[in-house]
Amino acid sequence: MGRWLLGPVAAVTEAWGEVRVHRTRVVLSLVGVFLAVFAMTTITAAGNMGRQMMLESSERSGGRAATLQVSAYPNGAVTADGADAAARVLRETAERHRVTWWGLVSQGSGQMTVRFPSGAQLVTFSAVDPSYGTMHRALTDQGRFFTAADGEAFSPRLVVNRAFADQLGGFDEQVPPTVVLGGDRPVTATLVGVMEVPYSDPSMPAAYVLNSAAQAWGLVDPSTSGPPSLELWVPDADAEALTAALQTEVQASLPGYSVSAYRTDFGQDLGVVDAILAYGVRGVGVFALVLGGIGVLNVGLVTVRQRIREIGVRRSFGATGGRVFFAVLLESVAATFVAGVAAVALSVLLVSNFPLEAVLPAGVVLQDVPPFPVSAAVEGLLAATAVGALAGIVPATMAVRAKVIDAIRY
Amino acid sequence: MTATLSLQQVSRSVALPDGTTLHILTGVDLEVAAGEHVAVVGRSGSGKSTLLNIVGLLDTPTTGRYLLDGRPVSGLSARRTARLRGETFGFVFQQFNLLPGRTATENVASPLLYASGREFLARKRTARAMLERVGLGGRLDTMPEKLSGGEQQRVALARSLVRRPRVLLADEPTGALDVDTGSAVMDVLEELVRVDGTTLVTITHDLSVAARADRQFRLDHGVLTEITRDALAAATAHRETV
Ligand SMILES: Nc1ncnc2c1ncn2[C@@H]1O[C@H](COP(=O)(O)OP(=O)(O)O)[C@@H](O)[C@H]1O
Ligand SMILES: [Mg+2]
Repeated sequence: MGRWLLGPVAAVTEAWGEVRVHRTRVVLSLVGVFLAVFAMTTITAAGNMGRQMMLESSERSGGRAATLQVSAYPNGAVTADGADAAARVLRETAERHRVTWWGLVSQGSGQMTVRFPSGAQLVTFSAVDPSYGTMHRALTDQGRFFTAADGEAFSPRLVVNRAFADQLGGFDEQVPPTVVLGGDRPVTATLVGVMEVPYSDPSMPAAYVLNSAAQAWGLVDPSTSGPPSLELWVPDADAEALTAALQTEVQASLPGYSVSAYRTDFGQDLGVVDAILAYGVRGVGVFALVLGGIGVLNVGLVTVRQRIREIGVRRSFGATGGRVFFAVLLESVAATFVAGVAAVALSVLLVSNFPLEAVLPAGVVLQDVPPFPVSAAVEGLLAATAVGALAGIVPATMAVRAKVIDAIRY
Repeated sequence: MTATLSLQQVSRSVALPDGTTLHILTGVDLEVAAGEHVAVVGRSGSGKSTLLNIVGLLDTPTTGRYLLDGRPVSGLSARRTARLRGETFGFVFQQFNLLPGRTATENVASPLLYASGREFLARKRTARAMLERVGLGGRLDTMPEKLSGGEQQRVALARSLVRRPRVLLADEPTGALDVDTGSAVMDVLEELVRVDGTTLVTITHDLSVAARADRQFRLDHGVLTEITRDALAAATAHRETV
């Protein structure tokens, strides 16, 4: 083994021996650094969860990043044919662009008669495609959202809000309730799920129905509801160019219509949250680490003074100034690094075992728990190590400056 | 043949805080041949430790020349000096100076942290063998605090010899021990240096310890003089009759 490799190995061996022997003192000096790194990573992880909750709730209404909406509204009177033409063009446009996630939506625009046991009632409903569930993170309280198979069913399927289900005496997945939808040709519909319907009064019954079912059973009157809008879920990077392209293409295919294409998700608005997480947490973390570093420095100074004799003895073994400096510095660095690792480990344990459901207020949910913020953990570790190095420089310099003969005389 | 150690007109003085200069050593001449055993006696404060520290490259002369194997050491860098010290000298101190919190084996192995590759890698094995040689094979993993004074000094002795130094510098090695224990430690010490052919410089208060060396010197107020055999015998006899 060459000297160039052996030097560091021997130095690390020596420093590790020091840490081991002085472990109580080392551990004490590290409480500050440990807490700082722990707080930094845990707050970042918690912040990421909060951010994800905000994101998910915004996605339920505005769609996921990036969700685009294209609507085409006839300039004159709305006719069934006019609405169908618009729907066809929108459908073709989506298919032409080979977008994976898209759907036609008539949000809260239809009205239909529902024959509840307590009497017939006019209910607001939205017609959607099965893709709506994924695109809006449809979160059912009971049952499920539509699947593609529901479009081929022999009776209309409904996803309703709580007020709707309550009118039927509640929802039971084993025995799905049915209800007769009025109109010219009454039809019995089956409920498949219960969930919140955004943009509607929760005390009033509201429902989702599939576009295909609405068409098949004549549940919609396009002359009153107007044409549907097209929603597309596309990569963030494509959003801007695609919005412009959709606007021109649809407008070109539908002269005499007012066409508008725009982005509906709120993804961009989380920038403030991101900034708070990035700079706020880091700022507090740096402050806490500086305090922790002062603790390490303080203990380092005290112990170097206590260990002057020991350093003198090591000098008599042939320890160079560099080795003495490195040993004291490395002790500080190794110790803060270990404290950082322990803090990150505890943070991971806490965050991954945290009983989130038990703590969150009713109605607030987190579907996709964000992964542990590795970057925050790495940053915390690096910061802890840097603090160890900075706090170690002064005692290390003192150790080198100590006069050997003063150190070993008695 | 060049002497292993050669001090020529070495002096050491320090500036005191009150502005005066303290002359600790003046005009010291000392030649020690390879494998030779010399002893230095002298009253407390006469400069014995200062002399030994200069010999062991822990301190530097204010004036005069110091040649190690015929080569002057004054021009060497701090780094080279440290290396040379570690390779050439072993130190035994009056207060043992064992590293607290480390086992006997770890203490003995610690000088090998600064040694070359093979020595570094084999440090634990070498340390254990060395402890066997000083008769502490049964206390390998004992902490120094748990050892008696004589045992501690034997650990220190093993540690000072673990790198097979050419020169062993012992500063009052029996100073903290009772007479019997001290003489037992000296037996071990002399046996080891005899087997390895190590040059030995011992500082001592104890004339009977000094008498075991090949040559004896007296340090008095920083001035070193060789003691003749007869004078030593007389002094020893005198002390023994007192
Ligand atoms: N660095 C120093 N500063 C001031 N005085 C010193 C220094 N080193 C040694 N001395 C003084 O020099 C004298 C000789 O010291 P030392 O060599 O330790 O003597 P000894 O070992 O013979 O007892 C003592 O009076 C001691 O106080
Ligand atoms: Mg002394």
